[in-house]
Amino acid sequence: MRRAALALAVLAAVGIAGCGESEQVVVYKQGKYQGKPDTRSWDNAPLGAEQRGGNWTTGDRTSWETQIKSRQLSQNEYKRIEQ
Amino acid sequence: MARMKFLCDAERCIECNGCVTACKNENEVPWGVNRRRVVTINDGVIGAEKSISVACMHCSDAPCMAVCPVDCFYRTDDGVVLHDKDLCIGCGYCFYACPFGAPQFPQAGAFGLRGKMDKCTFCAGGPEADRSEAEFKKYGRNRLAEGKLPACAEMCSTKALLGGDGDVVADIYRERVLRRGKGSEVWGWGTAYGPGKPGAQPPAAGAKS
Repeated sequence: MRRAALALAVLAAVGIAGCGESEQVVVYKQGKYQGKPDTRSWDNAPLGAEQRGGNWTTGDRTSWETQIKSRQLSQNEYKRIEQ
Repeated sequence: MARMKFLCDAERCIECNGCVTACKNENEVPWGVNRRRVVTINDGVIGAEKSISVACMHCSDAPCMAVCPVDCFYRTDDGVVLHDKDLCIGCGYCFYACPFGAPQFPQAGAFGLRGKMDKCTFCAGGPEADRSEAEFKKYGRNRLAEGKLPACAEMCSTKALLGGDGDVVADIYRERVLRRGKGSEVWGWGTAYGPGKPGAQPPAAGAKS
């Protein structure tokens, strides 16, 4: 009886484990995202002025986000009109 | 922290397919693969016709990532969902899982043979070295690494398609809806922005969009 209950518990645990979802949390370490190699956008040097790539400090995420945000605000034509 | 999202304003989209063309051109997407497309409902019905531009929505809890048997997907720090074509086996599970039909499969040869999956990368390339030739050939241009936004959103002539950090996109759209005095009745508005302040007055009727 005890053995059957134990087997049932193990079976239930295995069954529930099959319903699990793979982890989707972003972890960037050693140049990889979840095991896939990639570099981060702000680790690149900005393009030259002639290519209109904006300006940020290489490796500085905050300055890159500021650059992207300024670019993004140009999508708001109300702001463009008022300036 | 930026979390990259697209938003298409159905009140503004004029079905010009400029976003589709911009995507095709910028990323040199092969024939038969449409990373972005414009969907129109009630086509030809005056006053009821609505169009939206659809591509990968870079879901926060992406079903494609959950179902991929070889775990080729990953999410970047900016919330962009990308995949590694070296790992992809072209099984098509992601296509069945995606509610937007974003994953595309090029015809790799005769007899309908399916190639590796291709989808919108939010113009963020892939696992190859940023802005390299190899990355461009496999995934298209990496505009985020150039300090730019996706070509589709930046090219949109009516600015119906907005792209970038979700918070900023929401701010732009919210201001637009308040100015034109309509839009808050659409499905999902309450979920996104809450019920608003009690007793708040709607903007004047007839405000231009």
